Amino acid sequence: MNDMAKPPRSRAAKWTRRGFIGAGVLAGGALLIGVGVRPGNPVDKLGPKVAGGEGEQLINSWLKFDADNVVTAIVPHCEMGQGAHSVLAQMLADELDADWSLVKVMQAPTDGSYVVTDTIRMFIAGGTVDAPDWLEPTWNGLFTKIGQLADGLITGGSSSIRTTGQHTMRIAGAAARQMLVGAAAKEWGVPAGEIVTANSTLSHKASGKSAPYAQFAAAAAEQDMPQTPKLKAPKDYRLMGTDAPRTDIPAKVDGSAQFGIDATIPGQTMTYAAVRRVPVPGTRVAKMDASAAKAMPGVLQILNMGDFTAVVGDSYWQAQQALNAITAEYTKPESPIRSSQDQFAAFAAALDEAGETGGKEVIGQGDVPAAMQSAAKKISADYQAPYLAHAPLEPMNATVWVRDGKCEIWTGTQVPLMARSAAAKALGLSADDVTVHHPIMGGGFGRRLETDYVLMAVRIGQATGYPVKMIWSREEDTQKGLFRPADMSRFAGGLDAQGRLVAWNNVFTQRHDPAEACDCAFYDIPNKSIRVAEADLHLPFAAFRSVDHSQQAFFIESFIDEAAHAAGRDPLEFRLAMLGNSPRHKAVLEKVAAMANWSTKPAAGRGRGLALTESFGSIVAEVVEVDMTGGKPKVTNVWCAADPGFAMNPDGFRNQMEGGIVFGLTAALYGEISLKDGAVEQGNFHDYQMLRMNECPAIAVEIINGNHEKLGGAGEPGLPPAAPALANAVFAASGKRIRALPIAKQFA
Amino acid sequence: MVKFTINGEPASVEADPAMPILWVVRERLGLTGTKFGCGMALCGACTVHLDGQPVRSCSTPIAEAEGKAITTIEGVAGPEGELSKVQQAWISEQVPQCGYCQSGQIMAATALLRDNPSPSDAQIDAAMAGNICRCGTYVRIRRAIKVAAGLEPAKGVAQSAEVKA
Repeated sequence: MNDMAKPPRSRAAKWTRRGFIGAGVLAGGALLIGVGVRPGNPVDKLGPKVAGGEGEQLINSWLKFDADNVVTAIVPHCEMGQGAHSVLAQMLADELDADWSLVKVMQAPTDGSYVVTDTIRMFIAGGTVDAPDWLEPTWNGLFTKIGQLADGLITGGSSSIRTTGQHTMRIAGAAARQMLVGAAAKEWGVPAGEIVTANSTLSHKASGKSAPYAQFAAAAAEQDMPQTPKLKAPKDYRLMGTDAPRTDIPAKVDGSAQFGIDATIPGQTMTYAAVRRVPVPGTRVAKMDASAAKAMPGVLQILNMGDFTAVVGDSYWQAQQALNAITAEYTKPESPIRSSQDQFAAFAAALDEAGETGGKEVIGQGDVPAAMQSAAKKISADYQAPYLAHAPLEPMNATVWVRDGKCEIWTGTQVPLMARSAAAKALGLSADDVTVHHPIMGGGFGRRLETDYVLMAVRIGQATGYPVKMIWSREEDTQKGLFRPADMSRFAGGLDAQGRLVAWNNVFTQRHDPAEACDCAFYDIPNKSIRVAEADLHLPFAAFRSVDHSQQAFFIESFIDEAAHAAGRDPLEFRLAMLGNSPRHKAVLEKVAAMANWSTKPAAGRGRGLALTESFGSIVAEVVEVDMTGGKPKVTNVWCAADPGFAMNPDGFRNQMEGGIVFGLTAALYGEISLKDGAVEQGNFHDYQMLRMNECPAIAVEIINGNHEKLGGAGEPGLPPAAPALANAVFAASGKRIRALPIAKQFA
Repeated sequence: MVKFTINGEPASVEADPAMPILWVVRERLGLTGTKFGCGMALCGACTVHLDGQPVRSCSTPIAEAEGKAITTIEGVAGPEGELSKVQQAWISEQVPQCGYCQSGQIMAATALLRDNPSPSDAQIDAAMAGNICRCGTYVRIRRAIKVAAGLEPAKGVAQSAEVKA
């Protein structure tokens, strides 16, 4: 199963065949190399947008050299803590044979030239779709066009490394290396094949010549772009697969890292806006009394925008104080849902109506009714999961300056081109008149895939005409944003006389992304009916870290666990027996069982639970050990085994697994956004609790590199198994089956 | 007029005495390393030192800084910019993900290690429980504190490829 011998040639060759590579020289002699996936040379147009200091050479749209031999990787994806900036540069640098200490990362400008075509291709066509060679240029042009039309500069879906990294950054690095070699061969009068590259240096043994890359950067730009640069085989990886230290970390330990909330505009006095959205989605401000607020110090403007109220002030604190002094009344909500009970009742009604065969079929295989009929044992269960707020620690914010028919925006976003289009539309401007700067994010988790907060700031900026920084309070962020949907899922299962799961009947109410999240295709279950009975949501939707997997994994892996117990089998053995056709999943599960010493008994009062999922191309199994001796669950240990195909940066991958586990445990133990009178009840971290240091278990992560040609993601896949593994551990320790999240309050 | 020192330098600010230290530091003094997370002393992102004691600057009025010394994340490194042991450990253990909470984490850890140079796990947990990391880097924070204390060896940032084929 470990298929490490073959380099990913075919895909790379395809990519360069359908690509157009351009090069050019920037002012001051900088070299730019670009894997343009579009016809034409992008360098002339892009040069000014990515130019830095004197002596830079732009070799393509993805990398440039400066006179000190430092290479800058120009990275299209956004950085929100997942480490993509650094790892994308790492992949480029490896193919370039660059010295990692001479590599810098630059955020690509918000420009249509940087749409992440391969990511778009994955989102739309799925990761496995390949066109015939002759169709590739057309196909690729199509996806690029779609990407541009859809403002496809997106960071999400745990996709950056396996799409842009594999199919753009590596090729850019390899092409640049080949061009540098070509330039040196010409100058030195030696065969290119005799030139060796390493540590950002070219050398020729026989003649004793050697030179830093930068010396040949200008000449390299004159070289023809190689159409099929040779990519390294895994045995030749020098940086890929290593724990190359992240380039963004030093600035994050000395306070110098600049987030959206830290934006300044040179020469301009900043003003600040505090905002209050309507409490119930869809309502409007009916009446507002701002008389007290008007008289408060530092208040510049008070705005009633209909769907929100804003105070603009000299300082954020003063603006917020004034906002607190404004009273308002709101229009009557249209949604009939007033409470969480109403929401779940609506879900239950949709499931009841769907019955055993209704709803929209997602998976139908075998003959479920017949298999249920002949089953030796039948089980059934309903599960539910609540709404969740993303709660990135940097609250939603955006700085906007609208003037003279132009708009400039500074904001942390996962979709900078969409933010640009949305702002342009709201202001009646063309996208070219809107500039979006997007610094690193203090957490994204899907929340910053939405542009609602950017648009609010744009509307405020339009009203003021001077620069304004809008910052949401934590309460706004918790109560008034967009949410991971609540959901309910109903299962019936049939076991045969040998205790094998032969029938699987499942219907649930929420289906967003990814399409396969509701299935556990790696288990061999012969008869399946999986359906969705859609029910309206009261709170607006936003993708949450791992999206549908965040609920579905809990539902599916809890029911699998119930089936194992109903069959009288060990949950590990029960699962392994269904993995005959899924050797990579089996290996992951066996690995985590060994790590956790699954076969040994935990101490008295403790229990272990496990879960196995595949999401975003990565297979992850987790074992949670929980201590119930205090009467409520305390998570003591989590063991995690993961197969992402190949971990480009194992330490970074582990960090993402650790983070995904903590995120998942937080949601499972505490996460609940509940409704009262149609509004969100929670407000800040006292009633929307996060897992803290004193509750954080020991976490061990091991990686299996199961298929270097089929990479999986890192940012999301650690999360889905955490909730079901914990719930199954609670059952093992206490006998109490968890069918609704969150868990902690059930033991209060 | 409130007078205090900020990272060793004297400062005086004309501000509402009730304005939290956080906003004075960020908006008036331009030191943006100290972060706003909750405004209610619940998350610790805004942690600074006031006369050496960690405080939640989002909920501490600037009036309380009168005559005192405020230290922010920007003041943790030495005069020549040399990183503190805690900062070095944060790099060697590759702690941060998004990094937004880490200024506050480092300020809390720095205060802990000054008062207790060899903390136990329980003491680390207790001292750091007020600081939320939404990305979930607690395991690394715990290890980095031990590395900074000399209780565990630094993992080192440039390891060779242990999982390489």
